[in-house]
Parts: sequence; C-alpha cells; structure tokens
Amino acid sequence: MTIVSYIFLIIGAMFFLLGGLGVLRMPDTFNRIQAGTKATTLGAFSIVIGVIFGSVENHLDWIPKLIIIIVFIAISSPIGSSTIAKATYRSKNIPDNLVQDDFKKRGENQ
Amino acid sequence: MKYLITFITLLVVYLFLAGFVIEEVILGSFVSAVLTILLANRLNFKVDWHFPLKLIKFIFVYIPVFIWKLILANIDVARRVLSFKIPLNPGIVKVKTNLKGDLGKLTLANSITLTPGTLSIDVEDDCIYVHTIDVKKSSKDQNQKEISGPFEKILGGIFE
Repeated sequence: MTIVSYIFLIIGAMFFLLGGLGVLRMPDTFNRIQAGTKATTLGAFSIVIGVIFGSVENHLDWIPKLIIIIVFIAISSPIGSSTIAKATYRSKNIPDNLVQDDFKKRGENQ
Repeated sequence: MKYLITFITLLVVYLFLAGFVIEEVILGSFVSAVLTILLANRLNFKVDWHFPLKLIKFIFVYIPVFIWKLILANIDVARRVLSFKIPLNPGIVKVKTNLKGDLGKLTLANSITLTPGTLSIDVEDDCIYVHTIDVKKSSKDQNQKEISGPFEKILGGIFE
C-alpha cells in the first residue's frame, strides 16, 4: 500500500511540474489558464488519492475527508479558471492570435 | 422529499468531516435538522422520485467518462508543453447546448473545461462560449461535435 501511495504521489508531482511548465511556456493568457487548470486538477486528485492509499493502514478516518477534498477541487477548479478567463476578456486583454472570436459578437457592453 | 434530501446531504457531509462516532451522529443529526428547517424553503432545487436513479447514473456513467477525459487532457497538455514549438490554433467558438437546467449547464461547462484543449468562458442562455486550442476551420458543426458531443449525450440522460 505504501508503494502504491508513493507512485500516486510521484505522478501527482509530475503533473504539477508539467502544469508549471505549461504556465511558463504557453504564449497567451487563455492557453496558460488551460494548462494550469488541467494539470493541477489531475495533479491534486492524484496526490489526494496517494494520501488515501497511504492512510488505509493506520488513519482510516481520514478517507472521507479526503474524498470531500476531491469533490470540492473538482467543483471549484473549473469554475475558478473560467471566471479568470472571463475577467481576462472583460479587461480587454485579448491575445491577437485568435483565429475565430464568437465572444465579441454578443452584447459586450451590458 | 425536499426536506429529506437536504437533511441527508447535510448529515453525510457532517459525518464525513467529523468521523463516524455515535456522539457525532447524534449531534450531527440535531445540527442538520435545525439547518434543514431553516434552509430547505430557500434552497432552489426540485427533486422527484427519479433522483436516486439519476444519482446512480451520474456516479457510474458520467464519472468514469469524466476521469478518462481528464487523463486524456493531461496527456494532451504534456504533449504540447514538451514539444519544442507549441502547436497552437486558438480561437473562441460558440457551442449550443440542449440542456435546460442550471445544474446541467454547470456540469457541462465544468466538463468542457477539463477536457482536452478547451476552456469554457461564459454561459449565456443556451450557448457556451468555449476557448479551444485547436479550431477546426472546416465547419462549425465539427467543432461543436468535438467539444460537447460526448458529455451532452450523457448529461442529457441524467439532468432531464
């Protein structure tokens, strides 16, 4: 069980590393948000699952709390990222490499 | 029915956080009962007798697909990040959805955010504005099918 837990922790840390690299390497805001959100969500899932496997032996009462943590991350992470994206758009900080922009055509000045 | 579901949800969250001891069960049911009486009329949701079936469908049909897509998304991000020249063709597209309820739209938007190469920006009436990393120039329908297709079908069965 300990070994499985370590494997999940290492996978999670790798996803966090990839997410950080993505935030650094992507050219504009929206793509950075994408890389950041996806990699860190799965990274956090993986780390929490690793902790679940690690606590099977002597901390059985941690597991429900960890499951609640997973649920809250799954709900809040995408909402946060889409709020940041919307704020980016509203602040007229739009990257110039978009090949198509349907968002402009809606009633922007409301 | 509404009272019952509010009560059970509150009690389950309380017990998950506090631990399954007999004292906590007593105190937790007391606290959840008081909160249920205070809150249940102000909560804005409808329940019917299909609710447990929908919950089971949600857990066993939607969540495996969601996790599979999340893993695919991460492999996609890894591939893009680790390649020397990042392949990009970004754009914001408008995706129509047939889901009616607010909860269904929220779940669909969240799923879109966590699937490969897409990020939902805003929901308006029955459209979701999606920033996608790779726009298919050829036709609008293809974009739409690729972005929301797999989830639309599953969620339509659950939230209707």
